[in-house]
Amino acid sequence: MSILVDENTRLIVQGITGRDGAFHAAQMIEYGTEVVGGVTPGKGGMTTDSGVPVFDTMEEAVRETGANTSVVYVPAPFAADAVFEACDAGVELVVCITEGIPVADMIKVLPYAERRGTRVVGPNSPGVISPGSAKVGIMPGSIHRKGNVGVVSRSGTLTYEIVYHLSENGFGQSTCIGIGGDPVVGTNLLDTMELFAEDDQTEIVVLIGEIGGNDEEKAAEIIKGGYPRKVAGFIAGRTAPPGKRMGHAGAIVTGGSGTAADKIKALNDAGVRVADTPAQIVDIVKDLA
Amino acid sequence: MKLQEVDSRGIFSGYGLPVPESILITDPAEAGAAAKKLGCPVVVKAQVLVGGRGKAGGVKLANTPEEAAEKAEKIYGMDIKGLKVQKVLIAKAVDIEREFYVGVVIDRSSRMPLIMVSPAGGVDIETVASENPEKILKTVIDPAVGILPFQLRGMAGFLSDDKEVKKQIAKAISALYQAFMGVDASLAEINPLVESPDGKVWAIDAKINIDDSGLYRQKKIAAMRDTSAEAEAETQAREESLSFVKLDGNVGCIVNGAGLAMATMDMIKHYGAEPANFLDIGGSSSPEKVLAALNIILRDENVKSILINIFGGITRCDDVANGIIEARKKMDMDLPMVVRLTGTNSEKAMEILADTDLIAASSMEEGVKKAIEAAK
Repeated sequence: MSILVDENTRLIVQGITGRDGAFHAAQMIEYGTEVVGGVTPGKGGMTTDSGVPVFDTMEEAVRETGANTSVVYVPAPFAADAVFEACDAGVELVVCITEGIPVADMIKVLPYAERRGTRVVGPNSPGVISPGSAKVGIMPGSIHRKGNVGVVSRSGTLTYEIVYHLSENGFGQSTCIGIGGDPVVGTNLLDTMELFAEDDQTEIVVLIGEIGGNDEEKAAEIIKGGYPRKVAGFIAGRTAPPGKRMGHAGAIVTGGSGTAADKIKALNDAGVRVADTPAQIVDIVKDLA
Repeated sequence: MKLQEVDSRGIFSGYGLPVPESILITDPAEAGAAAKKLGCPVVVKAQVLVGGRGKAGGVKLANTPEEAAEKAEKIYGMDIKGLKVQKVLIAKAVDIEREFYVGVVIDRSSRMPLIMVSPAGGVDIETVASENPEKILKTVIDPAVGILPFQLRGMAGFLSDDKEVKKQIAKAISALYQAFMGVDASLAEINPLVESPDGKVWAIDAKINIDDSGLYRQKKIAAMRDTSAEAEAETQAREESLSFVKLDGNVGCIVNGAGLAMATMDMIKHYGAEPANFLDIGGSSSPEKVLAALNIILRDENVKSILINIFGGITRCDDVANGIIEARKKMDMDLPMVVRLTGTNSEKAMEILADTDLIAASSMEEGVKKAIEAAK
């Protein structure tokens, strides 16, 4: 029955009166997500054009609406504070869309969230969608179909590209989660794989990785040790030169580690087929289904 | 963002690290006077933003001011890994008894700062890590608690048995960590930290990389940016807030989103050609952004065709198509341009493009193939 977000998601939009927050709040409501409130300090008491009540604080928003999830569209200099506030207010899940939060802030936020029992997705994440149930983020809802493929990715538009091919070919998704392109993120690839392993709707996992770090290699180890779902892979950045940051703060090959070749090899060694192109994912999924 | 050694030394000094005095010169004629002022022997060091300066001959010891002038003359203007030396640092030399490595990075798996220390200083730490991993001690620091006395004792004890030296090393590591956190660094490294024969500890080299996301609150550091190590187009791209990396191929690409941009490069290679660049124009594909991106790509004379690959998503593709046409009108260029748009209103976008000299593609695969063909 999907992971992280579903019919039971009651969402607060942090930064709802900003340009991005307002636009995406409306988009999420249109998709059917239950947006129960928004927070912008100093704007409490107003109601947005889409009829969502705005609160000054997360504490008040949660108390008044019974929200269990928040999504952060707050600008980078204030975003860490927004996540701290969400954890403190007791939501179960915070999805942080904001890009460009200093790593020095995130390394303080994430242990704090963990101690409070709050799961963080992101930052620099396109969000999480369980097609047909709820969308929390900025992805285009229209390209998704409900189904049994779980998608986990470090990227935004590349995920849309792959999801588009999956949906076009009749492979719907249980949940698609963008874990974020930063070097330090809350819920990582391995955490997501654990969640998919326990989800009965998910039969196949599509793992979309990229250069930088070694989470894909660790995922390969888990798969080797016996993972209860079939896995198809894609790794971006085969042509990325070493030492150069490829857009995402976390996408960089340093000291010869984190290359696409290493990740592809590790996955292949674990029996996972890695697609050469986004469209090829469909062929692999077809064979696995 | 990478900092020059001279700036990193200044930051370390400010945090109380023992850094030998130095003078930066931009004219080799000033080297003699600088050496005299500091007192010889001195080290003459090329200031370039690449590793391996020593091996390339960019770091020399001088025992007299005359010798310093002569060495500076040689180093100045030298080519180190494609970079011309334009600044030289004259630093007071320190006698070396032992060399250590100390560095702080962000550990992606524990999501916390990680301090690495090694008694094998003065060599590339990645070499030590692969050949003698037991010679590196790694200590994870909880940023909420900070660096703890027992951790400092452990690290200092890993490097030395001498009580006085250990005390100085511990103090140096603590200062290094404070500097790392204080300037939003992604890496802060002293290689080597040395012990002199008289038992004094000195940081004789300094390297700091800054987390770009922290620069908005590090105004002083941001002003230290040195653009000499990057292609001009990369400097221009940064000023336009575009993410760009120059490559050697002839198919230019403009893509929305970093992952899709990498996948586009990979696909160009997959179909037998070479990408000319990585360029992510981000979520909004306004005419201004497209124009700025085109301007950057066209600086590269190798480029023979341009592929614009946009997964529209929520953005309306007809708007993007109009933006591209508008940008194209403002450009004096005759390179073939392939445009792939998928998302809301993409059919309408294709109709708009059909009336122009732009080559429309309905999928990423088709776009890449057409762009490769056009580059031939």
